Amino acid sequence: MKWDWSAVREFMPHLWDGLLVTLQALVLGSLISFTLGLVWTLLMRTPTRFVRWPVGVVTEFVRNTPLLVQLFFLFYVLPEWGLTFSALTTGVFAIGLHYSTYTMQVYRAGIEAVPAGQWEAATALSLPVRRTWTVVILPQALRRVVPPLGNYVIAMLKDTPILMSITVLEMLGRARLFSQQHFQFTEPVTVIGVAFIVVSALASLLLRTLERRLVR
Amino acid sequence: MTTGLWKLVLEGVWTTVQLLVLSALLATAVSFAVGIARTHRLRTVRFLAGFYTEVFRGTSALVMIFWVFFVLPVAFGWQLVPLWAGTLALGLTYGAYGAEIVRGALTAVDPAQREGGVALSFTPWQRLRLILLPQAVPEMIPSFCNLLVELLKGTALVSITGMGDLAFSGNLVRLALQESAHIYTYLLLIYFAIAFVITRLMRGLEKRLKAGIGKDPGTESAARELKRARTTGVGAAGGGVA
Repeated sequence: MKWDWSAVREFMPHLWDGLLVTLQALVLGSLISFTLGLVWTLLMRTPTRFVRWPVGVVTEFVRNTPLLVQLFFLFYVLPEWGLTFSALTTGVFAIGLHYSTYTMQVYRAGIEAVPAGQWEAATALSLPVRRTWTVVILPQALRRVVPPLGNYVIAMLKDTPILMSITVLEMLGRARLFSQQHFQFTEPVTVIGVAFIVVSALASLLLRTLERRLVR
Repeated sequence: MTTGLWKLVLEGVWTTVQLLVLSALLATAVSFAVGIARTHRLRTVRFLAGFYTEVFRGTSALVMIFWVFFVLPVAFGWQLVPLWAGTLALGLTYGAYGAEIVRGALTAVDPAQREGGVALSFTPWQRLRLILLPQAVPEMIPSFCNLLVELLKGTALVSITGMGDLAFSGNLVRLALQESAHIYTYLLLIYFAIAFVITRLMRGLEKRLKAGIGKDPGTESAARELKRARTTGVGAAGGGVA
């Protein structure tokens, strides 16, 4: 096995460009999944069965099917319906939608973990529903959801290379392009593998600090 | 869709199922080997197992697949049959996640059980085989069920390297028909059906294993659900979707 350091040096600028796109997709995808997940959770708690049932079926379906196929679906079908977005936008939305079905479970667990006495106190004070949620329940629930949400951010990071398949030039996409131009596969693919380990290690370090802050 | 195209899709289903079963077997073997190694008394063994987990969990599954498909042949001069290359990449990656499940379940067994084994002067291997694993394995099943569904979704990734699995043959059909919405809906439904079968099977397995060690699954969560509905007045909303 030959390892060529000059190829690594040549690939570095591409790596930075790719990393920027990866992080961009990660941040936007996370934001979408956090918001949509909360929306699903709240919808699942509405009293009407006609809201709960479809939301339950759709989210279950999205969770149990491959992100890659969902990505292809959005990328090829949306233009047929007259909706054209850039590849990155489509990808970010696919990741956000897919992971919202996971974050939804996290929020649900967080809300269920709020002690029953808190609900009872809100009822005793005859707080309106909206205030019960915004002042009593959600602030307590959201504190509990930070660690598991963080895990899904890291999972999303590791799913961003999928965007390569719809022409987004994130890290793996750049590596593939580089290898095809220079006929050197070993270095770029290994380098981005290491980059993924480094970024996810940094992310989990950051999360642990954040958790400690919140617990205090 | 013509019958020929359906045949293509069915071949894709077959490849996906083969890949799923093979990589699930490899992942299970890796999970148990690495997971048990992480509870080993020697520090070096623990460290090596931990290192393995971090590397394979830290990199993306798709990067790993790329590495096995494109770097291995160039770097070492030998190439695997696509099915085995896919099995290797997926099995090793998801095995690292499984190792954490095994480790978690092993450490969750009541310490008194381990001490009981020590008191009866069981060898470490006997303790593991007769005391720890029978109690830990039923606890692992729900997490392994999730992991198996993740693995199923992961198999779609190999299509990027040109292996003729379900996602790949679906793409071919799309190119042939120029008709994306239908074919991708079918694909998603097929994947969902496979995932559904997996969850049902695993639930049955969990029930049997728990009954085997005198635990009744289900009643605990049902009781909790009932209590929540009574005390909070928010109903059992959100239930049903496991």
